[in-house]
Amino acid sequence: MTSDREALILRVLREPERLRTLSQVQWALLAGQARRADLLARVASMAIEVVGRSKLSAQVGAHLDDVLMLAKAQQDEVRREVEFLAQALAPLGIPVTLMKGAAYLMSGRQAAKGRLYSDIDIMVPKIRIAEVEATLMLHGWAGSHHNPYDQRYYRQWMHEIPPMQHIHRATTLDVHHAILPETARLRPSSALILGSAVPLADDARVQVLSPHDMVLHSMTHLFHNEELSHGLRDLSDLDLLLREFGALPGFWPGLVARAKQLDLGRPLFYGVRHARRSFATPVPEEVVAELAAHGPRQPLASLMDALWARGLGPQHASAAATYAAPALFALYVRAHWLRMPPLMLARHLTTKALTSKPKPATSP
Amino acid sequence: MNVGSLPAADLTRRLRGDGLRLRNGPAVMCVRSQLDEVRDGIALHYAGHEVPTEDSFTNFHISVNRPPGLRSWLRAQVQFSLDGELPFSPLPGNQGFPLFEWGMNWCLSMHLHRFLMLHAAVVERDGRALILPAPPGSGKSTLCAGLVWHGWRLLSDELTLIDPASGRITPVPRPVSLKNASIEVIRQFAPQATFGPVVPETVKGSIGHFSPPPGTVERAHDTALPAWVVLPRFVAGASTQLQPLSKGRALMALVDNSFNYQIHGAGGFHTLAALVHRSECFEFSYSRLEEAVALFAELADRRADGQAEERTDVPREPSA
Repeated sequence: MTSDREALILRVLREPERLRTLSQVQWALLAGQARRADLLARVASMAIEVVGRSKLSAQVGAHLDDVLMLAKAQQDEVRREVEFLAQALAPLGIPVTLMKGAAYLMSGRQAAKGRLYSDIDIMVPKIRIAEVEATLMLHGWAGSHHNPYDQRYYRQWMHEIPPMQHIHRATTLDVHHAILPETARLRPSSALILGSAVPLADDARVQVLSPHDMVLHSMTHLFHNEELSHGLRDLSDLDLLLREFGALPGFWPGLVARAKQLDLGRPLFYGVRHARRSFATPVPEEVVAELAAHGPRQPLASLMDALWARGLGPQHASAAATYAAPALFALYVRAHWLRMPPLMLARHLTTKALTSKPKPATSP
Repeated sequence: MNVGSLPAADLTRRLRGDGLRLRNGPAVMCVRSQLDEVRDGIALHYAGHEVPTEDSFTNFHISVNRPPGLRSWLRAQVQFSLDGELPFSPLPGNQGFPLFEWGMNWCLSMHLHRFLMLHAAVVERDGRALILPAPPGSGKSTLCAGLVWHGWRLLSDELTLIDPASGRITPVPRPVSLKNASIEVIRQFAPQATFGPVVPETVKGSIGHFSPPPGTVERAHDTALPAWVVLPRFVAGASTQLQPLSKGRALMALVDNSFNYQIHGAGGFHTLAALVHRSECFEFSYSRLEEAVALFAELADRRADGQAEERTDVPREPSA
């Protein structure tokens, strides 16, 4: 991808200063690319910081106000849900261990800036999952995916129970006991991850993964995900996490060792490589050199680079790379391949193909 | 410049090329479509709408087109996209213009969160707005259509946009959509209305649109303060009846018909509380449109004569 063809959204996320010089037509293009990637609120909060609300045109300013209003409401909702979860799980003596977006928000990370949320992810020890599920049900979170196949899929094979939804507030909760499926090739230890979690400074009932594990989990999630509609958003999260944690003493020296300990060298390799490629994330040279051993060999390395460059790029028509659709399909197959042994995968995909759900009809 | 001043060839070229810029209330759409019925619908119903200049900002890039692929050879379909994403299943091929209208409503109601948005028709007279919140099937659109041909200005037949800071309502003047028997009722009632083709057998039955009445689009920037909240109900054979409604129940009805009340949090409550406080609130059942519009004219005149007290003591959001 040459730099003059590169998508505006990428250039702006890498160099927010560019927001100062955009024409109204460029703003419209940027807003479309950003909305498609679920990054409009992040661009909006950058614009307020870098340009200032009063210096934006009335039309652009109002458009950004709209999405910031939504982001603020979602952040308030996440804070409330976390409080409800903490109250629900307190009698069990189990802290609420937040992952991904909710963790960024509650621990005050830069990656929470302009982040939109669709659900909350928590992690609990597997041995206590039945108790946790029962307690959450008593507090109004109901299970989903009631057909027997989906139940078996989640409960025997996956790293989470079927998503729960609150009957009054309609919020979605994913309860995990590991960061990868039981059937996956890589087997990071949940005990090590939960054992290193860090309580929030102002609320010991709630904890987040340690900086190393937060980064490693987000990378693992992204590079095992079969569905990449939020791929660019997740990569931008990673960029912000690495920039913020990278300034902490001891972060970089210990990261590769922790990845090895958790069997996550490959996701770390991909995460660092693609954050640098898309966002020029600053990473010490010795870390890059050390990680080289964890990457795939040729010719797979070049193929994977080409696939990820497409899978993690903007999917807006004005910016999508050539062959983006087959690349997304290849990554979809790959994600399943890494999740399950081949025979199980064949059975699973066949079942899903025969029972797929239709889209909603027009409602307005 | 407005749509009516574009030469027909230019309109077609824009819709089939980089897109037609079209002002839609507070937003600007960039619309692409290869379909003749979408172009004809825009030419007919949007003649007075502003076409912003090519160097201006556009909020939403939308298209209504045939889906690609072999399937369209078997059975013609149309699909709506925003930024290249398809929020809905495709519809039968003759529903391009209704889909364009539904898609635009969806775009606005899913995104314009700076407003508190109600699923309600809203009309204005003497600077005062009458809000008609109601679920589909209540006769809201028919009543709204009757009113806008008898002294009331159309603000919107579908979307009430309330600015939380001022409490004022921003118009979204667009063609008014009518269903089934209502189409013939309004044709009889307002022979001067410009109707487009009726599209049969949509999910909502037969759908017909009439153009915004003269003078409506030109006043798209004139906001109005709410003065009445009326929950309409069409009951076949019923007499015309206007019953006072408590402010509390009116507020709950507005909440039920809101698109984004929860996004406004406590502010949303204060906005709606201020709205019902300054408004007279009623339940209204009717079957005869002539009687209905006469009753609302009387209601407006009474308010204009100052017989109803003007509320100036509207509660403000606490500044805590």
